[in-house]
Amino acid sequence: MSTIIEARSLTYTYGVGTPFEHTALDNVSFRIEEGEFVGIIGHTGSGKSTLVQMLNGLVTPSSGEVYFRDKNIHDKDYKLRDMRFKVGLVFQYPEYQLFEETVYRDIAFGPKNMGLSESEIDDRVREAARFTGIREEQLEKSPFELSGGQKRRVAIAGVLAMRPEVLILDEPTSGLDPRGRERILELIKSYHRERGTTVLFVTHSMEDIARTVERLIVLNESKLVLDDIPENVFLKADFLDSIGLDVPQITKVFMLLSEKYGINIPTSVYTVKYAKKIVDELMAKGEIK
Amino acid sequence: MIKDITLGQYFPGESVIHRIDPRVKIILTLAYIVMLFVAKGPIGYGICLAALIYMIAVSKISLRIILRSMKPLLFIIVFTAILNMFYIPGRILVEFWILRITYEGIETAIYMALRIAMLISGTFVLLTYTTSPIMLTDGIEHLLNPLKKLKFPVHELAMMMTIALRFIPTLIEETDKIMSAQKARGADFESGNLINRARALVPILVPLFISAFRRADELAVAMECRCYRGSVGRTRLKVLKMQPLDYIAICVSLVLCVSIILSAVM
Repeated sequence: MSTIIEARSLTYTYGVGTPFEHTALDNVSFRIEEGEFVGIIGHTGSGKSTLVQMLNGLVTPSSGEVYFRDKNIHDKDYKLRDMRFKVGLVFQYPEYQLFEETVYRDIAFGPKNMGLSESEIDDRVREAARFTGIREEQLEKSPFELSGGQKRRVAIAGVLAMRPEVLILDEPTSGLDPRGRERILELIKSYHRERGTTVLFVTHSMEDIARTVERLIVLNESKLVLDDIPENVFLKADFLDSIGLDVPQITKVFMLLSEKYGINIPTSVYTVKYAKKIVDELMAKGEIK
Repeated sequence: MIKDITLGQYFPGESVIHRIDPRVKIILTLAYIVMLFVAKGPIGYGICLAALIYMIAVSKISLRIILRSMKPLLFIIVFTAILNMFYIPGRILVEFWILRITYEGIETAIYMALRIAMLISGTFVLLTYTTSPIMLTDGIEHLLNPLKKLKFPVHELAMMMTIALRFIPTLIEETDKIMSAQKARGADFESGNLINRARALVPILVPLFISAFRRADELAVAMECRCYRGSVGRTRLKVLKMQPLDYIAICVSLVLCVSIILSAVM
C-alpha cells in the first residue's frame, strides 16, 4: 500500500490578533494509506471540520503541509482544483448546497466542472445515482421536492460522480433518523467495498463509526490524541469518556460484565455481531447459560 | 476571505466606552461628527484628536484593528487629500507645468485627510466596536420613540434592524460554507470573463437564498410560539437607565464642543 494523503504537523489559528483568536488545530500529523477506511472522531469543536477542509486545500494551514500522493498541495504550481476532483469532500449538511433545477443536473455539476464529455457525465451521474439509491424518475425532479434523507443522498451522489480517489465525509449522518443513518452508512460501506476508494469518515458518534471503520483517529481540543484500530481505541473507554466521547453501547455492556460480574470476556468488543459470536462461544463452552 | 470584513463588528469589553448608555453614545457620535466639520485650525482639530486618542486608549481596542478598518477607505482619503492639494489657490510652494501646490492646499489636504480618518475611526470606536448590536438598536428605538406619536412603527423598525444585524455573521458564515462546498466540486469563482464569473455565482446564491428564507420562516414560527406581537405591552429584560458615568460623558463632551466652537469662531 502507498500513502495517499499525508498531514504534516497541521496547525490552524482563527482570527489572529482579535479577541476571538482560537486554535482550531494543533500540530496534527498522520498518513492515510490507499484503500483505507478511516474514522475521524472528536467532540464538537475539536477541529474535525477544519482538518478535512485542509485535506483538499480549501483551508490553508497556518503552519504544516498536506501531501497528496507525495506532492505538497501548497506548492505554487500545484493544481489544487484538479486535486479537489480526486479528493471528494462531502460537507456537513450537504443538502444545503443543492442549487440546480433537476437532481440530474445537480449531480452533474462536479463532472461538468471536470470538463468531461456528455456521455461520460451521463455515465457517472447514473452510476452515482445507483450507488446512492436515487431512482431513475427522481433524476428529473427538482432537488427541493425531495425529503431530507433523499436530498442528502443526492448531495453525496454529486461528489461520488467525480469518482474521487479519496472520499471524505463530514458528519454524513447528522440530523437523520435511524433508517436514514443506516442507509447512508450502508451506501458508504458498499461504495468502499466495490470501488476500493479510500474513505475518511468524520463523526462524533461512536455508534456510527464502530461498525464501519478499520482505523480511528481521535481528536480532542485541536490535538490528535489517538490513532489506532477500533479495538485498541475502545479499550481506553475511561479516556474517551473524559474527552466527551462515548464508547459503543455493546462495549459498555461487555465492560460491565467483566468488571462487575467477573466474567472473563474481552472488553474490546464493539460490534453486536462480534459480541454475539463471543457469547455463542461462551455458551458452547458452557461458561454461561 | 469574507471573514476579514471588520466593518460593523463588535468587540466585547468592559471599558468605560463600552459601559456608556447606547443612547448617549449615539448622540455623542452625532455631536462628534458635527464637531469634526465645525472645527477649524489646530486648536479645534487638536481637541478632536485628543478626544479620539483618549477614547481609543480607554476602549482597549488595538490600534491594528482600527487601522485595518480604515484600509478600504484609504483610497478615498488619499484621493481627497491630493485633489485638495492641487486645487486650493494661495501662496505657491511648487509649480510644475500646469500643476501648482500651495501652502493653503497642503494645509487643507492635511485637515481633510485627518477629518475623514478621524470620522471613520471615531464612529467605529464609539459605536460599532464597543456597542453590541442589540444595545445599538435598543438605543435607536429609544431615541426614535417620539415618532411613535406620528404612528411611525419604531419598534418594528428596531426589531427588523436587530434581526438583520444578528443574521449578518450567520449569512457570511453560510456563504463561506456554500462557497467551500461548491469549490470542493470544482466550482471556479476566480477566472473567466465577467459573464462567466456572474454565472459562477448561481451555485452560491440559490442555496443562500433558500437558506435565508428557511431561517426567516423558522424564526417567525419561533417568535410566534413565544407570543411575539410587536411592541404592545412588551417590557424589557434590560431597561436602559442613565448612570453617573453617562452624565459625566455628556458634560465632558459639552465642554469640548463649546471649546471647539469657540476656537472656530474666534
